[in-house]
Amino acid sequence: MSRRGFYLLFVFIGLILLQALVLNNVLLFDRINPYLYIAFIFIYPFKKNRFPIISLGFLLGLFVDLFSDSGGAHAFATTTIAFLRPYFFRTVFQKTELDYEFFSLKQESFGKVFNFIVILTFIHHFLLFSLLNFSFHNFFYVISNTILSGIFTLIVYFLGSFIVSRK
Amino acid sequence: MQQLIYFIQKFKYVLFFLLLQLISLFLIINNHSFHRSKFISSANSISGGIYKNRKSVTDYLNLTEQNKALVKENTYLRNAIALLKSKLDTTANHLVLDTIEYNQQYQYIDGIITKNEYHKAYNYLTINRGQKDSVSSEMAVINHKGVIGVTDAVSNSYARVRSILNRNNELNVRLKNKDITGNYYYGSVSWDTKDIQIVQLSDIPRQATVSLNDTIVTSGRSAIFPEGIPVGSIINVDQRENNNIIQIKLFNDMKSLRDIHVINNFHKNEIQNIEKVANE
Repeated sequence: MSRRGFYLLFVFIGLILLQALVLNNVLLFDRINPYLYIAFIFIYPFKKNRFPIISLGFLLGLFVDLFSDSGGAHAFATTTIAFLRPYFFRTVFQKTELDYEFFSLKQESFGKVFNFIVILTFIHHFLLFSLLNFSFHNFFYVISNTILSGIFTLIVYFLGSFIVSRK
Repeated sequence: MQQLIYFIQKFKYVLFFLLLQLISLFLIINNHSFHRSKFISSANSISGGIYKNRKSVTDYLNLTEQNKALVKENTYLRNAIALLKSKLDTTANHLVLDTIEYNQQYQYIDGIITKNEYHKAYNYLTINRGQKDSVSSEMAVINHKGVIGVTDAVSNSYARVRSILNRNNELNVRLKNKDITGNYYYGSVSWDTKDIQIVQLSDIPRQATVSLNDTIVTSGRSAIFPEGIPVGSIINVDQRENNNIIQIKLFNDMKSLRDIHVINNFHKNEIQNIEKVANE
């Protein structure tokens, strides 16, 4: 395995443990958690073959499910954003598959990166909370949870990426 | 045939994606159904082991409170023993030895909660007791303050507990005291997911008189909970006129649980067998 592969494996395991042991216990106002583990979907390199990212998204969600007793809700939501990623890549960054080789989130303007991540985060959170609620009852709760947790996740993600990228 | 291969070639990502989504949906539905083996739950050896290690670290942080709780429980138990002794003295002629030695119905197994949650509509806890400590599924879990939940998925050394704060959970209860005519009134408790301290009591007969701060205890009518374990007290009877729902405040603070007892009912199989016969 290459150096890049080791780095991604480290991030994968690190994010799952961070989510399970720390972030699942934040519970701001008794219910709002950041779901930072989806950052793996953002930073995984873009490739023409999409099987690895979809499978890794599924596995990532499944491991988080394992720790939070939610059946397959995290797996469902994470697989969806892993699958949708290239379509939003095309619309937000206005680039084609040929640009995958030299693409890096750090070199793009902050506005585009922000749009890309906000869209995927809110799709993920909406699916996740709908499935966790598992009924049409209490729908307001799903919406409010999506928005508040989404904002929390985004703040933690952008702070984290700011700290990590400054070397 | 060629067209089929072409079709698969063209939509391979979509098909793979849909396959994974189907698996996740299957797992979600499986998670919501009773009496089914659950592979994705925190009772397995990976997540159970990690939670146990975390618990061994975080335990140090609230030793003082736990000590206070244990002292309180000791006092309560000593009082209970004293009461029983006084009863034994006054009724010395009765042969009570038999029921204690040979006819024990309940066994209490101690344990610790290694994962607690209360922010979802379907909450589950994990405890560090499993099959090797003779815990199986559908056993009552309580602590010194009252009811906590019912075990559902069990592995060799961990078990997952369906919390009382789980929309699927329903608990058979009664009012603690008889009313003026000498009847007990029975009902059932469930949770509407709105407030983690408050559960809802329904199915209490209309003629029952209830008042604020009445205590609710388990009814002993199911094969899971023994009779008389405290659940909570009545805080609001406003909704009773409309839909016969009474708000109950739990005695337990579901946010800070640690020590628990699992209750094994030796007569469970016998009770369930006879109930099965009656249904046919």
